[in-house]
Amino acid sequence: MRKLWFHPCGNFSNRYEQEITIFETDFGRAAALLGMVVLFTLVPFMTGPYVLYVINIIGITSIAAIGLNILVGFTGQISLGHGAFVGVGAYAAAIMATSLSFPFWIAVPVAGLVTALVGMVFGMPSVRLKGLYLTIATLAGQFIIEYILVHWESLTRGTMGIILPSASILGITIEGDRSFFFVIFISLIAMTYIASNIMRTRYGRAFIAIRDNDRAAEGMGIPIFRYKLLAFGVSSFYAGVAGALLAFYLISISTEPFNLGLSVEYLAMVIIGGMGNIAGSVFGATFITVLNEVLRWLTDFLMNAGILEGFQLNVAPLRELVFGAAIVLFILFEPRGLAEVWRIIRSSFRLWPFSY
Amino acid sequence: MKAYRGRPSIFSDELQKEKAAELEVVNLTLNFGGVMALSNINMSVKTGELFAVIGPNGAGKTSLLNCITGYYRPQKGKIYFNGEDITNVATHDLIKCGIGRTFQNIELFPGMTVLSNMLLARHIHCRYGFGPAALFAPSVKNEEVRHRRILEELIDFLEIQPIRNQLVGSLPYGLRKRVELGRALALEPKILILDEPFAGMTLEEKEDMVRFLIELNEGWGQTMVLVEHDMSIVMAISKRIMVLNFGEKLAEGNPEEIQNDPEVTRAYLGDDTTL
Repeated sequence: MRKLWFHPCGNFSNRYEQEITIFETDFGRAAALLGMVVLFTLVPFMTGPYVLYVINIIGITSIAAIGLNILVGFTGQISLGHGAFVGVGAYAAAIMATSLSFPFWIAVPVAGLVTALVGMVFGMPSVRLKGLYLTIATLAGQFIIEYILVHWESLTRGTMGIILPSASILGITIEGDRSFFFVIFISLIAMTYIASNIMRTRYGRAFIAIRDNDRAAEGMGIPIFRYKLLAFGVSSFYAGVAGALLAFYLISISTEPFNLGLSVEYLAMVIIGGMGNIAGSVFGATFITVLNEVLRWLTDFLMNAGILEGFQLNVAPLRELVFGAAIVLFILFEPRGLAEVWRIIRSSFRLWPFSY
Repeated sequence: MKAYRGRPSIFSDELQKEKAAELEVVNLTLNFGGVMALSNINMSVKTGELFAVIGPNGAGKTSLLNCITGYYRPQKGKIYFNGEDITNVATHDLIKCGIGRTFQNIELFPGMTVLSNMLLARHIHCRYGFGPAALFAPSVKNEEVRHRRILEELIDFLEIQPIRNQLVGSLPYGLRKRVELGRALALEPKILILDEPFAGMTLEEKEDMVRFLIELNEGWGQTMVLVEHDMSIVMAISKRIMVLNFGEKLAEGNPEEIQNDPEVTRAYLGDDTTL
């Protein structure tokens, strides 16, 4: 076995393989392993049902946010339809679980594939449109999908929503927050691993090239349109899987949550977390989800506590206000997002405690 | 800095033998609205040649290159590469045919390192599919390492070892041109098209670049088409020269013939009858 490096004073790779690893050092690998052990052995058994629910939602949201980051952060195609794609995944899973009685472990990946297809269809305008114009086209996609979900009643039951049967894998029924915790976070780790793999092979490089200079990318033999579609497909696959998990987790779904607001929220996660950074998507998803919960609690508290006698209604839009302020502040002070903050914290500990 | 250690494996004799590059441009005409950019251009490049295209500003040199590399579509005329009609082939498919180029205004990716820029050029040579890539199968890893090794040989050849992990955006102009040459070489082109590779360089940088081009062309038999304004370089290294003026072909021949051509002198220095 090779010698392990736990606290190197610098990264000196002496094999080409070392340049393409996910973690730069064994220290990072060990930390990740330790993190996973803590995540799976302590977190689900030491938290109450409400906190565990929030953590589960963070996990699902992270999967969708990683998907959007592949499209927005890495490929540079800004999409305002991600919320609708999550909805497509949720509905695809719900319909498959009810009408076709697909088991859970088939319904989730198939829902991902269905959403990937839908995403590629709505990614078609990217052949001609760039930047803001493409964003507007995806915005149209958002509204079209919402309309279809509400009005295709024979398939989606319209505004009534769908109630899903309980999920089970290999005969084990998955019910309740704790068992879903394992399903969600194993999926999240697998999806994160796949995303990092895509990004360190030729596909990821092609995505980044298209973002940075599509003319030169074409001159390097990259068929731009095909790769933009692939990015839309991969991104929507993530959205679809997240949507399917959400549908099974919440048991009943309706069209209501998958609106433009959700799409904007996902975009905010990508921006606040860090564009073009996979770990950043998880940070962003955590930040926004926790912010949402805290603000909901705070708004309730302020409106009912009686401190603001006569002004209660003024605090109602508190959530939107803080939400907007958070985005603006991040763009102003840390445009690379939470991932960059995390990097700075980490690197300031590099020489600790013997810096000079 | 470590000295250049030898010929990169992608330029080995066996591989170079397979790189036939017969470029044939027939009656090429390109106009933008009313402006005639190119009219009835005929040109042929043989395997192993260093073919230079010169002409005053606005003569249509870059337009010609853009037609050959698929960025412009000519209204009339045909372009053949190794007997195959490539007039309407998409730019990204032309790379697979073996046509690699550099740009006049460097089109590198400024936010990426030198190495990532060059890795990108290996795109068409990566043979793995999406599934194995998503799982990072051992075959994918081996392939990535193989490409990395090839790039290191090119980095050695171009003497850019110290900057391989630097962002391209932070490099001086001359080095960027060199990186762009490296990226074009990483494509393993049969014919290498260089659009003003010496523009804006200092004398030393030009000397280095000339050294690389001569090594490539005379040492390893790389076919090249060169557009350049620096006459001393063009006359010294090219085997055949074509002169364009206002979209028309003025002359073609070896450097001596071009230097003594009265038409060419008139195009560059003006008509002396008015004096």
